[in-house]
Amino acid sequence: MPRHLRVRVAFVVLVVAASVWYLSPPQKAINLGLDLQGGIHLMLGVEADKHVASQTDRAAEDLKGALERKGIGVKRIAREANAAIQVELASPQSWNDALTVVSEFGSFERRDENQAAGRFTLVMSERRVNQLRDDAIRQGLETIRNRVDQFGVAEPTITRQGSQQILIQLPGVQDPARAKALIGKTALLEFKLLDERTSIEQALAGQLPETSEVLYGREVDKQTKVEHKVPYVVLKRTLLTGAELTRAEVQADPNSLGNWQVAIEFTSTGTRIFGEVTEQNVGKRLAIILDGTVYSAPRINERIPGGRAVITGQFTVDDARDLAIVLRAGALPAPVVILEERTVGPSLGADSIRQGLIAITASAVVVFIFMLAYYRLSGLIADVALGLNLLILFACMAAIRATLTLPGLAGIALTVGMAVDTNILIFERIREELRVGKTPRSAVEAGFRRALRTIVDTHLTVMGTAVILLSFGTSSVKGFGVSLFIGLGASLFTAYFFTRLLFDLVYMGRRKVEAISI
Amino acid sequence: MIELFRNPNYDFIGKRKWAYIVSIAVTLLGLLTLAARGGLRYDIDFTGGTLIQVRFEQPPAIAKIRASLATIQLGESIIQEFGDAREFIIRLPLVAVGSEEIARRVQAALGGDSALGKFEIRRVEFVGPQVGRELQLQAVYLVLAGLVWIALYLAFRFDLRGGVAAVVAVFHDVIVCLGALSITNREFSLPVLAALLTIIGYSVNDTIVAYDRLRENRGKFVPKGRTFAQQMNDAVNQTLSRTVLTSLTTFFSAAVLLFFGGKTLEDFAFVLFVGVITGTYSTTYIAAALVVDWTNYVEGRLRRGKKAVVKA
Repeated sequence: MPRHLRVRVAFVVLVVAASVWYLSPPQKAINLGLDLQGGIHLMLGVEADKHVASQTDRAAEDLKGALERKGIGVKRIAREANAAIQVELASPQSWNDALTVVSEFGSFERRDENQAAGRFTLVMSERRVNQLRDDAIRQGLETIRNRVDQFGVAEPTITRQGSQQILIQLPGVQDPARAKALIGKTALLEFKLLDERTSIEQALAGQLPETSEVLYGREVDKQTKVEHKVPYVVLKRTLLTGAELTRAEVQADPNSLGNWQVAIEFTSTGTRIFGEVTEQNVGKRLAIILDGTVYSAPRINERIPGGRAVITGQFTVDDARDLAIVLRAGALPAPVVILEERTVGPSLGADSIRQGLIAITASAVVVFIFMLAYYRLSGLIADVALGLNLLILFACMAAIRATLTLPGLAGIALTVGMAVDTNILIFERIREELRVGKTPRSAVEAGFRRALRTIVDTHLTVMGTAVILLSFGTSSVKGFGVSLFIGLGASLFTAYFFTRLLFDLVYMGRRKVEAISI
Repeated sequence: MIELFRNPNYDFIGKRKWAYIVSIAVTLLGLLTLAARGGLRYDIDFTGGTLIQVRFEQPPAIAKIRASLATIQLGESIIQEFGDAREFIIRLPLVAVGSEEIARRVQAALGGDSALGKFEIRRVEFVGPQVGRELQLQAVYLVLAGLVWIALYLAFRFDLRGGVAAVVAVFHDVIVCLGALSITNREFSLPVLAALLTIIGYSVNDTIVAYDRLRENRGKFVPKGRTFAQQMNDAVNQTLSRTVLTSLTTFFSAAVLLFFGGKTLEDFAFVLFVGVITGTYSTTYIAAALVVDWTNYVEGRLRRGKKAVVKA
């Protein structure tokens, strides 16, 4: 074998070996998309402005406390829009004292001052607002990651998309509804006292003190399984939140057979606050509220020193387990909304992969037989090249950890079509050269040389559109672009380099080539 | 050896006037169909909404499904059989209710009617209004970007006329595919978009093969007296067997996808199927034909210009 042939053979062997290496073991090598193996694709929008608003609320609360400690009377202090606080002092005389207190709130700027009326507005600085928004998304991402880890999903993808979105992909999840509830729950746990001076009738009639609000609890009738809402009048002030939790465990509910509860334990700070709250409010009812829904409102019988509590609420074991997970992982700093959801059940995924494979195998078989029948030995060469093309394609997808989706399979089908076209172009060209009377050897030479330019042009144009698809397209379109791009790259290599090599191996070694089987 | 054609010499380009009539008629037909149906029917990918795929144990009556869904007040639902009599796709319009709640209500409604029997929810797709709008814009951008890329590449590799003519041909193919989609009452979804982009690639691939041949021939010795139209016709004839072979294999591949690829791939395969036919046709009768007439027009003006100069 001549030297230049040996180098080329070695190169091909290297490519094949690398492909096989990347593809082993085959079950693990290729990532199947959610549409093929089942699972959930979620695009969440983070309502980051709500985080800004709640931080502004806290600042307003702090400011009110600070002013009162200095003995400055406040007539009104309230949040306006997301990031502003309106302050109205009881008397304009305390204006200068008030400004001293305000100057400690560094992230706010004073606007619309009216000293005579004792009124001013504090506006959160642009930088702080952006920082809080960013925090909301980053913490949200972290929290969701925690929850998913505890829920137990193999190879989840949880990434930030754009400025305010989180993309979550959970392959192979069996119970999508449950996973979704787990992820989307804000899980803000709050302890608030019931307002026992205002009756529910009064409250519902609109006679509600400014410090109170109406929240609802859910109760399910055991017999009829009908769910109904129970209103509670609750004092707005939050005494303690889930941020002060260290543990949350599932327990059987000792008072109600077959129901489960979640036992929680507070941090040392939480324990201290909880102890104080229960001590000061013996005889009153303390509402345990999760995401605005009252779960229970037990009466405080005595001071609770140990920092432990239970959340009951007719939970099944799964409900309780999921609640414990979200409590442990912490609350989302801002609520999330589902912008896009694609859930594929595992059985549908299995069906579509089977049908996709059948279709591709069938079209490949049609093409293989056709090439063999039409071009004989050369057709066989083309078929081997096509096989190598697919091998390289899958190996590259494994190497870059690309995900094979249903549109991706379609992209592969198209690649097969174009790879065959490449061979047809070359072979027809060789035939033409033979027809004008060239010797077999120079016909092969000329055929390859002349077809090359066309092949490069066709591949580059289509690969160009594939690049547009894979860089600007989303999900399914992207998968199509990726497999098309890689497939055509491989096709360029096999059709030109590998097919040519096989031709050379078959015909160059002989001293005299009588005819070509084409 | 098997040969489809041996030195073919059909007069393709000579009959281009007839082809123009056909092309214009088909394009108009496509546009008219689209107009008559009030534009494309977009899938929830683009409009936003919810799609739920349900498989029942026993074939249910569509009326029963419709009746039970009517009770949950999620707007006008579209219910279609999908693949076989036990599987259905339910499309719900965009409502103010969140996706979890929608799935829960549908599950409850279908489960509430014991006549429907056991069922499995196999797929839920929810696209919010924001995402739908983004995807719609994206589709337009992707197609335009694809066309621009092709025009630029061809203008660079060949000439401006070739680039423009190829884009006109591709545009024709897109209109025909969209028309076919509309006539067969199919929805424009993300996979259909992918198929359209594929067809754009395929159609231009075909065009390049013919252009390349023409350029190669003109680079060599051109027999005297051969008009530009005849040269183009030669190029088309010389690449004819390749065109037919490739079209047939691609056509078969698309057909296999269409008939065995399953319901999910059906619309995608349908567009490929139509596109392969129109893509092959448009290479000769739009891309090549336009270049011929454009060149003739330009050269005619040049000649007349020269004559005018001589006379003066």
